[in-house]
Amino acid sequence: MSTTIAPAPGQPARARRRSPGKLDARQRGDRRLGYLLVAPSLILLLAVTAYPLVYNIWNSFHFVNLSYAGLPHNFVGAKNYTAMAKSAEFRAAMVRTLAFTAVTVVADLVLALVLAVMLNAKFRGRGLLRAAVLIPWAVPTVVSATLWKTMFDPRAGFVDYLLGFIHKGWATITWVNASTWKSWFVIFVADSWKNIPFVALILLAGLQVIPSEVYEAARIDGATSWQAFRRITLPLLKPALVVAAVFRTLQAFFVFDVIYILTGGGPGTSTETLSFLNFQTFITNTDFGYGGAISVVLVVIALLIAAGYVRLLRPETA
Amino acid sequence: MAASAGASRSAGQKPRPVRRALLYLGVILTALITLFPFFWILRTSLESDNQVAQGVGGKNGIIPGHLGFGSYVTDLTTQHFARPLLNSAVVALATTIVTIIVASLAGYALARLHIRGAGAILGFILLAGFFPVLAMIGPLFLLLRHLNFLDNIYPLIIVYLVYTLPISTWLLKNFFEQIPIELEEAALVDGASRLQTLRKVVVPVALPGVFTAGILSFILAWNDFAFAVSFLRNTQHFTAPLDIVTLGQSAFQVFYNRIDAAVVIITIPIAALVLIAQRRIISGLTAGSFR
Repeated sequence: MSTTIAPAPGQPARARRRSPGKLDARQRGDRRLGYLLVAPSLILLLAVTAYPLVYNIWNSFHFVNLSYAGLPHNFVGAKNYTAMAKSAEFRAAMVRTLAFTAVTVVADLVLALVLAVMLNAKFRGRGLLRAAVLIPWAVPTVVSATLWKTMFDPRAGFVDYLLGFIHKGWATITWVNASTWKSWFVIFVADSWKNIPFVALILLAGLQVIPSEVYEAARIDGATSWQAFRRITLPLLKPALVVAAVFRTLQAFFVFDVIYILTGGGPGTSTETLSFLNFQTFITNTDFGYGGAISVVLVVIALLIAAGYVRLLRPETA
Repeated sequence: MAASAGASRSAGQKPRPVRRALLYLGVILTALITLFPFFWILRTSLESDNQVAQGVGGKNGIIPGHLGFGSYVTDLTTQHFARPLLNSAVVALATTIVTIIVASLAGYALARLHIRGAGAILGFILLAGFFPVLAMIGPLFLLLRHLNFLDNIYPLIIVYLVYTLPISTWLLKNFFEQIPIELEEAALVDGASRLQTLRKVVVPVALPGVFTAGILSFILAWNDFAFAVSFLRNTQHFTAPLDIVTLGQSAFQVFYNRIDAAVVIITIPIAALVLIAQRRIISGLTAGSFR
């Protein structure tokens, strides 16, 4: 229950309640204090988001490269952007990132939905399983990546050991950094293993608010469970699915840690994503002009993804 | 009404055996896929250098013939993993404390103090959580370099707020809103100031929310890799996740036992937190993702 004491003009939609006998002075004092209290949060967050964004925009129109510290930081117009548009490396990274995002988001949402439906059913040890699936989400990406690197290692790993029982030649498959698709496969496994639980939890929360009476009514009307799932569960779950999809799309699109740790972008450059390219441009090449241009594009894409989903959700919530 | 075997779609109240079997199959598979990899790194971490070099099979099967804590000792002594662990603990705890204070203040203001534009402010705080991390590192690198703060763990405390503040502020705001307003009114009528009321009345009542925000913040700060790998240079300044990437590599062999021992060490506090506070974490996460 959220009740506010004062009539607050300009407040966003929220239950307003007048309670007589309160002094306006206190409300004004409250409001002033309110700004003071949100200030640290706002200033700190602006410092780590808005400041880098503005600085990136500025740098993207200049020559800023620490490796050529002697050269002046001249204004170069849109040169960094045109270089980016022409760069085969950038375009390849964009294609890889889009492909990885598409595959990951679809696969993870489907698997997470299965997991959520399962975790919503009644069975012995449900609480334990819910806790267990939370662990992969909670551990650092270093853990999930290293763990799957070990699992897929031809010497120390379990995967090849197991495959060896099926076919002798499979006992020594090199997964990481030997072939492009095998490297991507390991990245996908490590990334999804870590992130599906979180998506499943969001969906589970969505499932839990669907009243069971709806299903009973459907059953009485003779609906099969598949029909109930299609016609009741999925539509009612749409808001949760959209929220989960936003989180997952943004995460997948900006994937970095798992790639840095598993493949370092290899073999060659075949697993370099946009975030990886941005990291390399900044930290390895110390090119803050060109890196700034890439960053600006990344931020714009992030906003587009978020805005796209907000639009998708709107007709439901209106 | 007889519960017919799965094939029948008639409305059976009793659980159908085929469906039950499928459910338990799924449960077992999920448990295996989730937990077996952890078993595997634990197993590998208990092997010796020689056992790792020999590979899996024969006497070094799924459960190796010989197990020991040698690689843990190596990690903490010759590999100097204790320092990165300490760095990570300091940064994660400090981030958690700063987050709780800053997010409580903002959450309270947004929940109770009728500020103008509360919706927009909250929107910005939440949106900051979606900001692409790799797009921040360049300018922050230049700033830290200018301030002579590169290769230093303390700036990370501020930087990590971008992970922790959005979800914590949101969570605490929701918690504060649910506290009966009469409690605060009583304190205010008794002459307490707003800040005293926040500290003495609101925060204690909202303690579960504070805990949840604290646990999530600790996990998020403990898990960072991108900022650490961008700003830190010397191993004595590394955080634990960053150190693991360079640990156990040599020109001749990858010492998976040492790597996995370090992985086990940094997983333990997180796994413990998850098992102790499972419900809180789940409710915190899902509350943070709705509305």
